[in-house]
Amino acid sequence: MKPGDVIQFSTRALWGYPTRTLLMILAMAIGVASVILLTALGEGARRFVTNEFTSLGTYLLIVLPGRSETTGGPPPLLGETPRDLTLEDALSLTRSSAIRRMAPITVGSAPVSWKHRDREVSILGSTADLFEIRHLSMAQGRFIPAGDPTRGLAVCVMGYKVKTELFGNQSPLGGWVRIGDRRFRVIGVLAKKGQSLGLDMGDVVVVPVASAQALFNTSALFRILVQANGRDAVPKAKKAILSTIRQRHEGEDDVTVITQDALLSTFDRILVAMTLSVAGIAAISLSVAGILIMNVMLIAVSQRTSEIGLLKALGAPGAHILGLFLAESAILSLIGAGFGLILAFLGNWGLAHAFPSFPITAPIWALGAAVLVALLTGLVFGVLPARRAARLDPVQALSRR
Amino acid sequence: MIQLADIERIFQVGDETVRALSNVNLTVHQGEYVSIMGPSGSGKSTLLNVMGLLDRPDKGIYSLEDLDTTELTDDQQASVRCHKIGFVFQFFHLVPRLTSAENVELPMILAGVDPAERKTRVQAALSSLGLRDRAKHRPDQLSGGQRQRVAIARATIMQPDIVLADEPTGNLDRTSGIEVIQILEDLNNKGMTLIMVTHDPNLSKRASRKVQLVDGKISSDTGGS
Ligand SMILES: Nc1ncnc2c1ncn2[C@@H]1O[C@H](COP(=O)(O)OP(=O)(O)OP(=O)(O)O)[C@@H](O)[C@H]1O
Ligand SMILES: [Mg+2]
Repeated sequence: MKPGDVIQFSTRALWGYPTRTLLMILAMAIGVASVILLTALGEGARRFVTNEFTSLGTYLLIVLPGRSETTGGPPPLLGETPRDLTLEDALSLTRSSAIRRMAPITVGSAPVSWKHRDREVSILGSTADLFEIRHLSMAQGRFIPAGDPTRGLAVCVMGYKVKTELFGNQSPLGGWVRIGDRRFRVIGVLAKKGQSLGLDMGDVVVVPVASAQALFNTSALFRILVQANGRDAVPKAKKAILSTIRQRHEGEDDVTVITQDALLSTFDRILVAMTLSVAGIAAISLSVAGILIMNVMLIAVSQRTSEIGLLKALGAPGAHILGLFLAESAILSLIGAGFGLILAFLGNWGLAHAFPSFPITAPIWALGAAVLVALLTGLVFGVLPARRAARLDPVQALSRR
Repeated sequence: MIQLADIERIFQVGDETVRALSNVNLTVHQGEYVSIMGPSGSGKSTLLNVMGLLDRPDKGIYSLEDLDTTELTDDQQASVRCHKIGFVFQFFHLVPRLTSAENVELPMILAGVDPAERKTRVQAALSSLGLRDRAKHRPDQLSGGQRQRVAIARATIMQPDIVLADEPTGNLDRTSGIEVIQILEDLNNKGMTLIMVTHDPNLSKRASRKVQLVDGKISSDTGGS
């Protein structure tokens, strides 16, 4: 039998039962599409997080109060904070040659009001260097001025959203707003710049770190952002930070230093694992489609018993019959996979439109893998029915009408 | 030439053993016209299946053209069926989704004949059986007689030496039955061996050699040894 004839014969056989065939193609298509789409979502999440981290700044180290046992892992979830990080700790770090910039950060929440308008806003206390470290840019005015960080100037810089909600279209520059029980002069507005690690930079008010500490009546820092003097300087900067703080904290290693690379690679590993497991779950739907194919092919074999008997009487050896039925399963899988690809592209397109900021794209390997897995599923689950067909006794098969 | 020597075929149904064929000796020469008669359950179909290599005897030797078929593998037997034997069945056994032409083409597809050659041979076969304008009809659009003619065209398209027909007229009215028999006899006149199982004594009479089966044994044979 010629390969072309096998394909033609099997295709004709499939079209002999259109409803059943279409249902099987649909099952296969959904399986393939869900593998591709879920992989695309996982991959999108990975890219999203990677982008977030790169927007955090380059050669960044984050100093957190509290010690973590894991080195270079994600921030500790549990653990006591034996000693606060202070502004003096932060300032002592700048002495290391491996460190280019440093920005201490205090975070709190306070009501901000202007005239009658009033809003609860996250207040970020920091220094002029935050501007460079976080790659911020201004829409209006200027950022917190450089100068002695221990002096609390009564100035503030607003996020874009806060400015719009309090001032509308008016320019806020030079205006006085009330934050908590203090008054601050607005000197600048941050440019629109999406999210950055969960903190919406449009929805904050930045004040000098000393002002924030006075406002919240604390001397502790939330964390210190440190920018190393280049990529190679990152480990050196980490060492310098640890030893400086140890000295200042009477020999106690009670801070955690997270490097951006370590954080990124951890998240990357987590997200790759997540993508794979989600794809694995989706692959289960493919095997469900496979079982469906097996089931329906078994029905087909028993419905077409006399046809199989006839083919044998006409001189088809068992291998031909096996090939014919396997070809049917393979054709079903491939057509299903084809529709699955189309479905996945449509879904991808729809998701990309619904969530434009989320970078969703199916990786090429996922497309190939999905089609391959579909084909394999069809063949593996097609073997049992095909073998049953090939082993039919022709006399018995023909005696049934 | 078909040579059956001491053929036995036993079916085991539960505790009971059914001797469908026992001690059958039969030699049929090329070009003979043999009818097989006998009461229901006497083993006619079983005999035909053995001769057509659809069934293997439990004992005895069956040689076809001096070739011991019992020593052939399943695939070799399939190849012999493909090239040397044509079957005509009581229930036609046409593939319902295929047209007449495609049903006739089927043996050639299985044998791997070239598509162009297939088309011309199908055309010729259908025309010679008066089915030219029925080429594109599916079996359910044909009368019983037409269906059996398509089946005969299919059985003979590979130009086999032997045509085995199991009650080919069993499902047909008299007129179309006679028509079908005449077609088969024509083929026999051109040199094909025709072995036909029938219940109809009138049809049996037309054969040059009549074999009678009773309880799996040949009780009478008008020709040969
Ligand atoms: N697969 C089988 N299993 C068990 N017994 C069988 C099988 N095939 C045939 N037989 C038995 O073998 C005997 C001969 O059967 P066969 O079909 O050859 O009869 P027949 O002469 O063709 O009958 P009919 O005229 O009704 O077609 C019967 O008794 C039948 O019951
Ligand atoms: Mg019978």
